Amino acid sequence: MTPVAAPFDVARVREDFPILAREYAPGKPITYLDSGNTSQKPRQVVDAIADHYLQHNANVARAMHLLGAEATEAYENARAKVAGFIGANRPEEVVFVGNASAGLNLAAHTLGAGLGPGDEIVISVMEHHSNIVPWQMLAERTGATLRWFDITDEGRLDLSDESLINERTKIVSVTWVSNVLGTVNPIAGIAERAHAFGATVVVDASQGVPHLPTDVSALGVDLFVFTSHKMLGPTGLGVVWGRYDLLAELPPFLGGGEMIEVVRMTGSTYAAPPARFEAGTPPIVQAVGLGAAVDYLSAIGMPAIAEREHQLVEYALAGLATVPGLRLLGPTTSHNRGGALAFRIDDIHPHDVSQLLDSRGIAIRGGHHCARPLHERLGVQSSSRASVYLYNTEAEIDTLVDALNWTTDFFKGR
Amino acid sequence: MDVNALYQDIILEHYRAKSNSGLREPYQAEVHHVNPSCGDELTLRVNLDGDQVVDVSYLGEGCSISQASTSIMTELVIGHGLAHGLELYEEFKEMMHGQGKVELDEDRFEDAIAFHGVAKFPARVKCALLGWSAFADAAHQATEGQGADR
Ligand SMILES: Cc1ncc(COP(=O)(O)O)c(C=O)c1O
Repeated sequence: MTPVAAPFDVARVREDFPILAREYAPGKPITYLDSGNTSQKPRQVVDAIADHYLQHNANVARAMHLLGAEATEAYENARAKVAGFIGANRPEEVVFVGNASAGLNLAAHTLGAGLGPGDEIVISVMEHHSNIVPWQMLAERTGATLRWFDITDEGRLDLSDESLINERTKIVSVTWVSNVLGTVNPIAGIAERAHAFGATVVVDASQGVPHLPTDVSALGVDLFVFTSHKMLGPTGLGVVWGRYDLLAELPPFLGGGEMIEVVRMTGSTYAAPPARFEAGTPPIVQAVGLGAAVDYLSAIGMPAIAEREHQLVEYALAGLATVPGLRLLGPTTSHNRGGALAFRIDDIHPHDVSQLLDSRGIAIRGGHHCARPLHERLGVQSSSRASVYLYNTEAEIDTLVDALNWTTDFFKGR
Repeated sequence: MDVNALYQDIILEHYRAKSNSGLREPYQAEVHHVNPSCGDELTLRVNLDGDQVVDVSYLGEGCSISQASTSIMTELVIGHGLAHGLELYEEFKEMMHGQGKVELDEDRFEDAIAFHGVAKFPARVKCALLGWSAFADAAHQATEGQGADR
């Protein structure tokens, strides 16, 4: 583990998130352990959004006036910041869309345009529905076959089936970090195998970019999709990064304003990327907000954040292991493991767990977390999931563990 | 929020020992209802003889609220007229949507009055209604089937 330059000051970080001091009862602050669902936003991000709306608001790219120029500059600046944050070669490789789901649909539509029967698309059983359903729909439209990686008993991607990726494989789309198991997948290796057969590699990085230092070039993938609201940014914004030469080859997805070059009634030509994929007025202020989020994360440093979360996950794994009847889904060690901590408690339904925790101001998620096939594979119908981010503390983990012990007593003892 | 108001002992007792659980034959209609927000699933069958509910059998996985509610519902409707069961459903539904302001008659609703506290938790109303709405759906399908047979 690389040592962190400055000690991570979680108390300082928490001061930037007023919502973490919200009380659910007088004198009792909430415990937010649902960042895998959506993260909280620091004051800096909210201020940037307010400042943009209050001082610089106009439409972009087409308004020939002071505010229009400022809004356009702010939007394009945000693109450049995001590009820098993920190690893109140039800002034009960054496409802004509505959310990660929109990004994955864009990937499926544009990459899938030429697919037909006999072609294969490979995903995994641990995917979020957003990285399953668009590919199922593509397979249905084109007659291509959908195949998937299984998982091992430990909850890692099962890469033992050498024949899964083969000469028929056209697209491989897998998650970087599982939103349920926390597993960090070996993307670079998968990409290498896929590329050996000429397949295009898509990554759902929704749970990766918020938590790990990101270098898209080093990962060696083709399209890379993530979502602003899980990384301190606002909702309503997703990001698709693509290798520029690939983006330049892809057909448009949605048609409309801004994505065109020349429109005639007999036909149109399309703008170069990224505009080709940004039909209509884009999420301008959302991009400004994400730019501020990226600045915030960068000021602390992603290596420091990853290191801190690693400590917290280790602490949480140890704490959860003490709860009687609790079974963790996914790797039980912090090695290559992100901050999603899904679990089952014997004979207590996740909905009831959430309810009891909520009565103590603790926010976690219960259900299948948009990963029903994964739960089916694990032989469970649903699970509870706590998830951590840079602002969480060991004390909050203790609060969670105490409340889980109380929950088991509540249901067993009566 | 007082969880003791939500999780009445009657509810937990039914959750631990469900009445009429399991799928049985014969039946005229089978339905599968889900609660997509939390993933609760319920398969439910009804066996009618004319306008009498002979049996309601079910297999479900869900939270204590949905499981207990289904269990209590079967106790209330089996062996009675279908019209009576559907009437109870309408009243129970009204109570569940009443945010705690609508009371149920204990003589007719027996253990189901324990759900009065659940009505104050909007997120759990769907759970409490899952079994009831599956019963009503299955009963309608079964009576349509009977109509077609004759
Ligand atoms: C792994 C993963 N992929 C995709 C998504 C979808 O993100 P969004 O809801 O922003 O489209 C999520 C978040 O719910 C996720 O965790």
